[in-house]
Amino acid sequence: MNVTVIKPGLLSSLQDGGRPGHAALGVGRAGAMDLPAWQLANALVGNTAGEATIECTLAGPSLRFEQSAVIALTGAPITAHVGEHSLPMWTTCQLPAGSVLHLGGMASGCRSYVAVRGGFDIPSLLGSRSSDLHARIGFAQGRALRAGDVLPIGSATPLPGSSTGHEVRPLHWGLDPQPWFDFARRPLALLRGSHWSQLDEASQQLLFGGSFTLSKDSNRTAGRLDGHTLKLQAPLELVSEAALPGTVQLPPSGQPIALLTEAPVTGGYPRIGQVAAVDLPHLAQRRPGDTVCFGETTLDEALTRLAARQLRLARLLGTIAQRLGQS
Amino acid sequence: MQPAIQFEALAEDALLLRFGERIDIELNMQVQAATACLRRRLPQVECVPAYASLLLRFDLQHWSGGDEHPHQQVQMAVCAALGEPDPVINAPRVVVIPVCYGREYGPDLAEVAALCRLDPETVIARHTDADYRVAMLGFAPGFPYLLGLNPQLSVPRRGDPRQRVPAGSVAIGGSQTGIYPEVLPGGWQLIGRTPLRLFDITANTPSLLATGDRVRFLAIDEDRFHQLAATQPA
Repeated sequence: MNVTVIKPGLLSSLQDGGRPGHAALGVGRAGAMDLPAWQLANALVGNTAGEATIECTLAGPSLRFEQSAVIALTGAPITAHVGEHSLPMWTTCQLPAGSVLHLGGMASGCRSYVAVRGGFDIPSLLGSRSSDLHARIGFAQGRALRAGDVLPIGSATPLPGSSTGHEVRPLHWGLDPQPWFDFARRPLALLRGSHWSQLDEASQQLLFGGSFTLSKDSNRTAGRLDGHTLKLQAPLELVSEAALPGTVQLPPSGQPIALLTEAPVTGGYPRIGQVAAVDLPHLAQRRPGDTVCFGETTLDEALTRLAARQLRLARLLGTIAQRLGQS
Repeated sequence: MQPAIQFEALAEDALLLRFGERIDIELNMQVQAATACLRRRLPQVECVPAYASLLLRFDLQHWSGGDEHPHQQVQMAVCAALGEPDPVINAPRVVVIPVCYGREYGPDLAEVAALCRLDPETVIARHTDADYRVAMLGFAPGFPYLLGLNPQLSVPRRGDPRQRVPAGSVAIGGSQTGIYPEVLPGGWQLIGRTPLRLFDITANTPSLLATGDRVRFLAIDEDRFHQLAATQPA
């Protein structure tokens, strides 16, 4: 059973939880930009082993399913059609053999996820099937999907109670996207970085009070922030050391850069902030031109919010598994 | 074990163990020793060594029990692990990297020689005479930052970085020398190229070099370059 890419969309790639634990080799974690959306897409199709999904960017692909399939869409709200049927998001959907899924534009946000029951059966590299587009690791040497790509689907048992009919059939329940997608584009929680106190006073205030715009040269490696030029009290010469997704760096140009999932594992620019892990998926959903504001947080507050989010996610994953077992 | 180790909180699940703020072989050897010790005694913490610091990443779920803050728990465990003398000291591996210097393999050799006021043969001799140590891997998978470059060979980075540096290129950037594992953009001066494959993600040990390895460069001619290239995995 295969899925064929008919149109690739703007930037579509296979993504899972990435390759944690290999930074000492120079290999970053990479993986899905919006991890909760990726996990929930998999849960909705009954995948439990961290399977890869297709991450779409701004405009989605068109995909042909050779055989009947069970899919789910999460992340940024994206238009989805099979023939004249419009597919709901955050909902398990059964597609008959030969379906062509047309994904369109996103009303807001930047990244949507398409999970297929059984996952994508491609080789796992250092424990992951994700494409690191920057380091060129993954399916087809880590490039984005192209028209004509054929993606094999892993085998899976049919969904309990499913029909093998010729109808496009969404299940009668779905998830509330509200907690998982930041429709209001709220300020992102930011921890002070190691070098924050070396910003000049105006820049310290601008980082937490100013309004930035995500630049169009942003990608899975980094989000560049336009709007204010920040300054250090005195230039800092640093030796390269570990860098992390979520780190806000200040290069000599004064334009802050938020490192994202495919960032190199080392960097040498001053670190003025660290986006709270709980808000990284929300940063991943900002599109070029969107406003980015930061609110100061503390490590304790960031840990508390992260723990609460993880608990809510774990409970929801349990509920989904239970509902799927009954449907 | 260390006179002054400092912890910096980087993120919810990340601490930086800082030994200093310079590129210095002694500092880097302290980083390497701590890395080896922590990997053996505290395998649940991921260690990412750099020139003068060591990133510690940990699973919050593992360190969230008890009354202490997870960062404090990790710091205490790290200090305890580093506090006892380590009975096992592994001698570093020595890896010999064959390099074809100059011509299309090292298009910047003549320029480097001119900048150093040496002839190209002397640049090659100085580069192959030295003992290097892999201070860290970074920038790209398997890219080694090597300490030990003869100061006479220190040259500035190129004003016009290349979009595509060939895989295997041996280069000098400032006081550092390194090897590009894949085709990458880069601004270092290219003096030669190795036929060895530095990074193969499908191999059991994906990176030819690891932090702490000693490295020697061996000058080879074009014929030997092609012979060796033919033996490398596709």
